[in-house]
Amino acid sequence: MTSRKSVLVLGGSSDIGRATARAFAKAGYDVGLAGRDVGALEPDAADLRARYDVEVGVHTFDVLDTASFEGFVAGLAALPDVVISIVGLLGVQESAQSDLAQATAIMRSNYEGPALILGLFAEKFLGRGSGTLVGVSSVAGDRGRASNYVYGSAKAGFSAFLSGLRARASRGGVHVVTVKPGFVRTRMTEGMKLIGPLTVEAPVVGAEILRAVESKTDIVYVSGRWRLVMLIIKTLPEAVFKKLKF
Amino acid sequence: MTLVSGWGRFPVVDTEMLRPRAFASVADAIVSGTVARGNGRAYGDAAIGTVTTLTMTGFDRIRWFDPATGRIRLEAGVLLSDLIETFGPRGFLPFVLPGTRFVSVGGAIAADVHGKNHHCEGGFGRYVDSILLRTGEGELIEASREQNSDAFFATIGGMGLTGVILEATLRLRKVETGWIRERVISASDLDAAMRALDAGDAATYSVAWIDCAARGKDLGRSLIYLGEHAGKDELPAGAAAFPAGKHPGLGVPIDLPSMTLNRFSIRVFNELYYRMGARRAGGSHVVSLYPYFFPLDSLADWNRIYGKRGFLQHQCVIPENGARDVLGEILGRVARRGDASFLAVLKKLGEGEGILSFPLPGYTLALDFPVRGDILNFLDEIDRLVVAAGGRLYLAKDARQSRETLEAGYPALPRFNAIRKALDPAGNIRSKLSQRLFDEV
Repeated sequence: MTSRKSVLVLGGSSDIGRATARAFAKAGYDVGLAGRDVGALEPDAADLRARYDVEVGVHTFDVLDTASFEGFVAGLAALPDVVISIVGLLGVQESAQSDLAQATAIMRSNYEGPALILGLFAEKFLGRGSGTLVGVSSVAGDRGRASNYVYGSAKAGFSAFLSGLRARASRGGVHVVTVKPGFVRTRMTEGMKLIGPLTVEAPVVGAEILRAVESKTDIVYVSGRWRLVMLIIKTLPEAVFKKLKF
Repeated sequence: MTLVSGWGRFPVVDTEMLRPRAFASVADAIVSGTVARGNGRAYGDAAIGTVTTLTMTGFDRIRWFDPATGRIRLEAGVLLSDLIETFGPRGFLPFVLPGTRFVSVGGAIAADVHGKNHHCEGGFGRYVDSILLRTGEGELIEASREQNSDAFFATIGGMGLTGVILEATLRLRKVETGWIRERVISASDLDAAMRALDAGDAATYSVAWIDCAARGKDLGRSLIYLGEHAGKDELPAGAAAFPAGKHPGLGVPIDLPSMTLNRFSIRVFNELYYRMGARRAGGSHVVSLYPYFFPLDSLADWNRIYGKRGFLQHQCVIPENGARDVLGEILGRVARRGDASFLAVLKKLGEGEGILSFPLPGYTLALDFPVRGDILNFLDEIDRLVVAAGGRLYLAKDARQSRETLEAGYPALPRFNAIRKALDPAGNIRSKLSQRLFDEV
């Protein structure tokens, strides 16, 4: 064991997960990478060890397998200082509108799973009296829009969960960060039309998450421009908003 | 299909852009007319497939690093900027740093890029121990000086035409700091500049910036920058052993009107640059590696200065014997023409590493020209001077040389073609550059 701080990244093989793990390892954190396919995490673990000379472990974690969560947390050799949930599923709105299985997967991957696992860590952190929890939610959760409300509603639920958890946990020495990345150029958004000035690269998100953890920020819009965009979207009267197609 | 160009933004051509995420999918992605692309810093058409272009920058993992020897195994999409930022603070740098740090390792191998130390330490390829290559046949081979050595020496400087570079093992240089002790020498004309470069042979790094607007008796007046790695005891008080590299913030947000660069603005820029540099000449001082090696990296998207029609970089190397006269003739023609850019660089090179590597012992001159008017004819005439002197052009910068110029300049071309054919009998690996210069028609 080292005396270094440690971070656990849930969804460690995603582009944002990899970038976030790099940002924390560079800052000297030991890293745990968790994902469905441990084999796929190994090259990233080796990358972090070679780059930053930190300790890196890999863990099997499936966000849809909520029954495994208690065993997952109990199975960790040590309780990390920081837990970050980056898992999520964008899905396809057009099919999710009529395909219940896909809608369920989107809702469970973006809300149920991330909220339950962070809630579980919150109990452990409160017991210890320290720790930081980070949930990567989305600007899509700020208001349900015609073009992606299945995903957006799940993210809205996750944001609300994080908000409440933050209020409760702050009294027990535990900090909760909500991250709303906006458009990020990743595998998830490949092929989508992204608006240049509102789009960032994954390493920017990783750096912002590290900054938010170290400075105890509550809510992070990775690109400040999104705060303004969402403020406008949120304040549009419903009569106007419902006529918009986006 | 997507419209794609190199850093010079000329030519702009149609290709299918793919971004493979796993090595296994690279094999599937290779179709007839495929080439790999790194960070898109080759100036012309080298990294554009005739049908499909594979962007490799997603492969950015380090496999292992041995701090005892400085050896490193990495995926080909790792950028040199990443290596510098990650391993610099641990006391290691790439042996060869070209004029921009935003190039991939795969691209640096494919172009066998050179830096300001080529005259004494060789190019990027010299510090490559082995390469993992996916050939056009779909075969996976590890190539080194001992094993598959034909493929190894054809891949170094082979412009991506031997296959897709997936991984490489490199040697890094141990450094005490990320600072360079720089000495600036001002040279009043071409003879003085060449003498200063010759005198700088003993320096680890040397390069000359030429005022290409100067004419007559001032023709070839230059500032010569010599450099050595600085030790910890040479740093300014309070300086970190490894300086932070600022990411280019301020950039060129739009295509500037092509008239931005005209005779007058170029003359003024060159005059000011020369006078400011000459004031620093004489003594030595310590500068961060970033401005020393990568002066243009601080201005993001500087290629947009030339307007939306793009620009051509002409980089030739002339063998040492008789170089003075040819360089004088080229610079004289450029000065009369008047629209060469603020970037004219002269430096000495040594032997190349790969079969098709650009360097040969002599002087290399790099010039930028906006794409306009009769520039193509003008450069064809310059090429005739280069060929007559036994010189050649750098393929990583090229967008327009002729087959005749290539064949005259690269006598090892038949050997390269034979190795390429053996690795890829069906000819699947093809770029716009190979179509223009290499492939059977």
